[in-house]
Amino acid sequence: MFLTTAKRILKSGFFNFWRNGFVSLSSVLIMVVTLFVIGSIIFLGAVFDFSLATLRDKVDINVYFVTSAPEEEILTIKKGLETLPEVSSISYVSREVALANFKERHKDDEFTLQALDELEENPLGASLNIKAKEPSQYEGIAQYLQSENILSTAGTPIIDKINYFQNKVAIDRLSKIVDSATQLGFFLMLILGIISILITFNTIRLVIYISREEINVMRLVGASDFYVQGPFIVGGMLYGFIAAILTLLMFYPLSFWLGSFTTSFFVGLNMFEYYLRHFLTFFAAIVGSGVLIGAVSSYLAVTRYLKK
Amino acid sequence: MIYFDKVSKIYPDNSVAVDNVTFSIEPNEFLSIVGHSGAGKTTLLKLLLAEERPTQGKVLFESTDVHALKRSDVTKLRRKIGMVFQDFRLIPDKTVYENIAFAMEAAGKVDEAIQADVPHVLELVDLGKKIWNFPHELSGGEKQRVAIARAIVNQPDVIIADEPTGNLDPVNTYDIVQILKRINDLGTMIILTTHNKGVIDSLGKRVITMEGGKMVRDDKEGRYTL
Repeated sequence: MFLTTAKRILKSGFFNFWRNGFVSLSSVLIMVVTLFVIGSIIFLGAVFDFSLATLRDKVDINVYFVTSAPEEEILTIKKGLETLPEVSSISYVSREVALANFKERHKDDEFTLQALDELEENPLGASLNIKAKEPSQYEGIAQYLQSENILSTAGTPIIDKINYFQNKVAIDRLSKIVDSATQLGFFLMLILGIISILITFNTIRLVIYISREEINVMRLVGASDFYVQGPFIVGGMLYGFIAAILTLLMFYPLSFWLGSFTTSFFVGLNMFEYYLRHFLTFFAAIVGSGVLIGAVSSYLAVTRYLKK
Repeated sequence: MIYFDKVSKIYPDNSVAVDNVTFSIEPNEFLSIVGHSGAGKTTLLKLLLAEERPTQGKVLFESTDVHALKRSDVTKLRRKIGMVFQDFRLIPDKTVYENIAFAMEAAGKVDEAIQADVPHVLELVDLGKKIWNFPHELSGGEKQRVAIARAIVNQPDVIIADEPTGNLDPVNTYDIVQILKRINDLGTMIILTTHNKGVIDSLGKRVITMEGGKMVRDDKEGRYTL
């Protein structure tokens, strides 16, 4: 019996959708707007996440050693740092490598290279590049290094400088800007999302308002509440599903078109690639919200006329 | 059997729609209720369908108090009552077949029964050729015959016809009354409300006359006297 009822409800839902073509079309279009906003929220989140991650990736600590620092002692410090749980990776740049990097960087700058040649000795010290697991952990690592500095053997300190404190201010400020931009963006999108959900809800309510007499007749011929609600809920889910497919199709050319723009603007995030790579997430989120919004709006709207 | 026991209905604005009415209706009976607009005819029907609750008194359907029923049982009660309205109240997006099938589906009938009974009942009201038409493609008389077909398809114990001929011309009125009479001859109780003197006088059946919410006459083989 349940199967028969389910079949009848589904069939009736599809028929209503088809026969009220124009009403269905306008509901679908309104829903596309809502789902478009929801999709944009996901894109926005991705863009900001990516920017923040890129920015955070740029945060590191460089420890520059004095030129006279013996390599074994630097390696001892490196070993000591590696035992810290906060540290994710350390790379050692020896004096020779530093010189080679410097020359490479200034290969078009003859004056600098000449000046370098004037010096008989390699003026560059070795360095350690440290990356932490979390940006908040740099503070601790920097402090650890300072204490190491004091404790260093042989009387003279071997650490020349730690650049963390110079970069910190700039990075902190940038992080804050990205953070507040994210929050503002989400807040605006959230408001837009709520408004469009309300519009969708009201559209569906109007659609069902048109059918209020029909609902009354259904009740009078002895249909149970569930049997009256069913086709409307199926119809609402159908609006959501079709609107979701349309929205997903729209995002395809749109993200392609925006792809090259976002790549240069948002430090290398290509929206099109992101869309393709996360298509399943987009599909689940947009189809899921569409079907859910459709079903819930229809349910609430019909229930209103059943209570009488 | 249906029994109205000292039933009153007073609306929140203190207007009295039904005032202390008591009567009973036997199975197989054809009862007409007449009265001016606002006399309380439609309210009596709504009370029987549990669409309205009485302010006082009880309405019994086969010795159950219809207003003591749970919501789901009210639905079952309505399946025992076929309804015909002045404004037909067909579902506009459904074909004639689907309108009638809907009542059977709502009652939980199997597909085979629906496929067999719907054309049969449409033949009874002489609409076999309009089975795939939509309501807007039918005349008033045809719509009302579809409504009657829908009302009888579940073989209810009672048919309630609330001014079923109010929107129809004399020829269609005659047809509808004849159909109702035939249904009654087959053993179904009919409750008819009407303004139409000709209909009442031609029936020669029991007539209850309502006035200002009160029952003022109850004649076994009544005529239209207002």
